[in-house]
Amino acid sequence: MIDKIVHTMAEAMDGIRDGSVVLIGGFGSIGQPNALIDGLIEQGAKDLTVVTNNSGVGRVGLARLLDTGRVRKIVCSFPRTADPVVFEELWREGRIELEVVPQGTMAERMRAAGAGIPAFFTATAVGTKLAEGKEQREFSGRRYILEEALAGDVALIEAWEADRWGNLTYRSSARNFNPVMATAAKLIIVQAQHIVELGALDPEKIVTPGIYVNRVLHVPYGEPKVT
Amino acid sequence: MNADVKALAACKPLTRVEMAARVARDIPEGWYVNLGIGAPLQVVDHVPAEREVIFHSENGVLGMGPAPEPDNINRWLINAGKQYVTLRTGGSYLHHADSFALIRGGHLDLCVLGAFQVAENGDIANWATSDNDNAPAVGGAMDLAAGTKRLWVLMEHLTKSGESRLVGRCTYPLTALGVVKRVYTNLAVLDVTADGFAVREMVNGLTLDALQDVTDAPLRMANETLFPDAAQHAVMRR
Repeated sequence: MIDKIVHTMAEAMDGIRDGSVVLIGGFGSIGQPNALIDGLIEQGAKDLTVVTNNSGVGRVGLARLLDTGRVRKIVCSFPRTADPVVFEELWREGRIELEVVPQGTMAERMRAAGAGIPAFFTATAVGTKLAEGKEQREFSGRRYILEEALAGDVALIEAWEADRWGNLTYRSSARNFNPVMATAAKLIIVQAQHIVELGALDPEKIVTPGIYVNRVLHVPYGEPKVT
Repeated sequence: MNADVKALAACKPLTRVEMAARVARDIPEGWYVNLGIGAPLQVVDHVPAEREVIFHSENGVLGMGPAPEPDNINRWLINAGKQYVTLRTGGSYLHHADSFALIRGGHLDLCVLGAFQVAENGDIANWATSDNDNAPAVGGAMDLAAGTKRLWVLMEHLTKSGESRLVGRCTYPLTALGVVKRVYTNLAVLDVTADGFAVREMVNGLTLDALQDVTDAPLRMANETLFPDAAQHAVMRR
């Protein structure tokens, strides 16, 4: 019997190594797997590269992870969301590396990684500072730049419902980066608000099929706070 | 005081809300429209529900509606500006890769962005204020600017220190090259044409000379039919 449900945070975080590239779902605090981030802090892996849209708010969740000093580099599109105090401190002190990536390029680089596509051409960022050093090519008279796939060692995902096969649904705009990140890493760890019986999810409504998912932890935390 | 200075002093620039309402007036039924983040998001509030314009927010919301009533908030539903919003009947959710594929694939009819500068060749600078900007935040701006069928900009005509945001060439780091089609400022509506900025309308009391005085690029009055592409598009969708 396949059962991807784990019952403790320690099981969920088992084996995450120093130096890992960690994809973290969410857009701002919506769809961000805060319990798993806290679990990663407990687990203690260091020298991490974190790929996520924003750089954390206040001193909780993602910001708390940065605050531990275990994140060497952050790859994101928007490091300055409201109240990015921890990121600002680290950045000012030169204690964190930053790679700013256009949001769509970031999503597509992960989609490519999940789909076995090593690189692709895009018109986004052509002629800008973010195209510097990148291969350029013209197709049908338009310029494009080459962007490489962005794969993770681990992805931390927030879902709404999950079953023991790891089939997932999401809630409203909390879907955001979660489904694409769930395809783009070797180890996919999910926190889900609801665990349901196998067969309870309508096959027409499953967004992430269980093939991608390794571990599911039940985290019924209630409603997110917008920060 | 010369006549131009008088005209500028006498005219009443549009407020942010009036600017958003002005943009909203020009969006025809049937268009799929992204509003980025910041001031353009207010455009949603000025398109009447019976005119079916579908707003897209790049965090995966297609069919974004206005802000919810305070006692009826879906806490999982925000827009790209991280404000609570509603989903219109017929709306849908997408994950980020699909949401940006529809942007980058040229499926949106229009995107309205804010900007620091727009150049007369249609270049836009809206993500960083200098090459040494500490940790600039690009978000989805470059994807939207490069990917949508047409890009309009909503911005104040002048910076806080009184410099023109309409320029010959952008001095701030670029977001995309040659993509802006129209600019809505608190003083005027201007098209970006092969021959530079063409003024479509000005606020009451303003003269072309007075507008030119505060604009760092040559201006001329527009003489084309009003919004020919919009009219054609509305017919095609029917």
